[in-house]
Amino acid sequence: MRSFSLADFLSLLSALQWTGVLVLIALAFGAPLALGLALMRTSARRALRWTATAFLQLVQGVPLLGLLMFFYFGMPVFLGVEMPPLVAVGIAMTVYTASFLGEIWRGGIEAVKHEQWEAAACLGLSTWHQFRYVIAPQAFRMALPPTVGFLVQLIKGTSLASIVGFVELARAGQLVSAATFQPLLVYSIVAAIYFAACLPLTLWARSLEARLNGAR
Amino acid sequence: MQTLNFQQLLRYQDQLIDGTLHTLLLTLVAALIGTAIGVAGAAAVRSGPRPVRWAIRGYVELIRNTPSLIQLFVVFFVLPGFGLRMGAFEAAAIALGLYFGAYCTEIVRAGLDAIPGSQVEAGQCLGLTRWQVFRHVVLPPALRSVYPAFTSQFVLLLLGTSLASQISAEELFHTGGFIETRTYRSFEVYAVICGIYFALVMTFKLLFAAVGHLAFRWPVRR
Amino acid sequence: MALVDIKNVTKSYGSIEVLKGVSLSIDEGEIVTIIGKSGSGKSTLLRCINALERIDGGEITVEGQSVRTDMPNLRGFRQRVGIVFQAFNLFPHLTVERNITLAPVLNKRIAKAEGRALALDVLARVGLADKIDAYPAQLSGGQQQRVAIARCLAMGPHLMLFDEVTSALDPELVGEVLKVMEDMARQGMTMVLVTHEMGFARNVASKIVFMHQGRVWEEGPPADLFANPRTPELRSFIASAR
Repeated sequence: MRSFSLADFLSLLSALQWTGVLVLIALAFGAPLALGLALMRTSARRALRWTATAFLQLVQGVPLLGLLMFFYFGMPVFLGVEMPPLVAVGIAMTVYTASFLGEIWRGGIEAVKHEQWEAAACLGLSTWHQFRYVIAPQAFRMALPPTVGFLVQLIKGTSLASIVGFVELARAGQLVSAATFQPLLVYSIVAAIYFAACLPLTLWARSLEARLNGAR
Repeated sequence: MQTLNFQQLLRYQDQLIDGTLHTLLLTLVAALIGTAIGVAGAAAVRSGPRPVRWAIRGYVELIRNTPSLIQLFVVFFVLPGFGLRMGAFEAAAIALGLYFGAYCTEIVRAGLDAIPGSQVEAGQCLGLTRWQVFRHVVLPPALRSVYPAFTSQFVLLLLGTSLASQISAEELFHTGGFIETRTYRSFEVYAVICGIYFALVMTFKLLFAAVGHLAFRWPVRR
Repeated sequence: MALVDIKNVTKSYGSIEVLKGVSLSIDEGEIVTIIGKSGSGKSTLLRCINALERIDGGEITVEGQSVRTDMPNLRGFRQRVGIVFQAFNLFPHLTVERNITLAPVLNKRIAKAEGRALALDVLARVGLADKIDAYPAQLSGGQQQRVAIARCLAMGPHLMLFDEVTSALDPELVGEVLKVMEDMARQGMTMVLVTHEMGFARNVASKIVFMHQGRVWEEGPPADLFANPRTPELRSFIASAR
């Protein structure tokens, strides 16, 4: 047993990097999937809408912890090879991000009046160009505040990676806590670090939303 | 490729049912605690004295900007420090209740804000008392406006109770861990556990939709 | 004695003085129309009569009773003085019948059947008896405003205030609401209106009050006032309203 030292604090801070890596992986792979899901959900084709809806219901009907376990233990079953935790965690966070961002972006797309599609179509634009140049810029404005809000959920969600042994901030907290026997102090510090990372995003999301409401 | 084997899990049917019931119990207790906090919190934020308002805002921001997992750890390790000895399940109920309460405060506040002041005024002009205005004019539309957010937050709470397994509170996910150590069928176990959560979530979604349909019959103009 | 007596009333929002010593008296059975530019204090004055706004100075009495936001039996007073708003303010979750009977059922404890009869009676007076089971969202703006008037009538008020009740309506729906108000005037209801409907002011009102910059600038019977405005402000207001 040893007492909590500056070195412990620095190890917590450096573990925050891995939290950041997880967030970036989830966004890099999850965002394109989310866009696809949002387009499928707003598509005129019933089969596309239903497929996307089924996927979303499934992912959002299961705990994030369950998703993690599913991919962590499922990889060897599906692929026949062991995977490092980062891959399993990355896939779970990607799927999670895709489903939530997909719904947020669908809301943004649907918030744009239907007449905007018609007006763009009347100018002879292709469906993709209608979306790209007329709908998407307006949808982006509406969806930005909840998107930033979701980043907070995502950062908090990465703490679950600790459970399969991936050393990010929460797991580092557990290790330091076990070594120092000062769980209250350590977890308070861990909470403070998360808070410092999330609060600016929360405040940003709120000011974006206020600006959006003011503009209307 | 490994072969899947669900056969062994059948023997643990009783544990799975027990775990499911505990998950439901944990969800309901946390939801009750959280709803009470939410209603009181929203009332205080709207019309309480300034220090109380600041305290509640601080609580809401603190909870919303830190992971529930860490909140569970903190509550689990803090309470004994105050001489409160309690089991993991009770600690989980308190931590998740505090978590749900923060979101509820925001939801209820938004619901009350959604009712325009002119409605209150119209009620006053009919000679209704403050309580009558609240009960008959403000409350029904406010309930309708908070209902979607409240029910989806409830579903997130239900899913979030799985975290209680990490302080070894005995709920469904914890049951999964227990069966896993007996059978070494990790993937199958968690696939089944996920299936049960999914069934619970779908049941609640249908239930909420039905209740909402019955309770809020008046048409709204777009 | 006048039904409503307003003496030297002042009222400010922060540093902006909206009423700068308004005096006005309204007799029973009178139809008083308050006209004037927006920001002249008309709506504020109306809201003060119903104790929706606190006055800073002067006095308002209705039926001899001094009107204050903290007056005793404010609720009983509110039942004697009805007000109809620009935005209707019907309760969206209640049917037309429940909108009308909510206050009588809660406060006068009338029976359900009696409530329905009351609702039918006041709805007949605004020509909407067939809409008794509709919800507000199913009615047009004009119909909603007529229900709001009926809801007021159900309290059996001695005086009714109308705050720009046709301003939120599509032009083709204004007529039906004005007609209801004309009928009420003919039946002897004391009414105070803030309105931009000059035709109504001219034809139905017994007295016109022109407000300007928080003061009663001119008042008199409509024929007089419209034919011979004494002040340049009223002259330009009439010219612009036409």
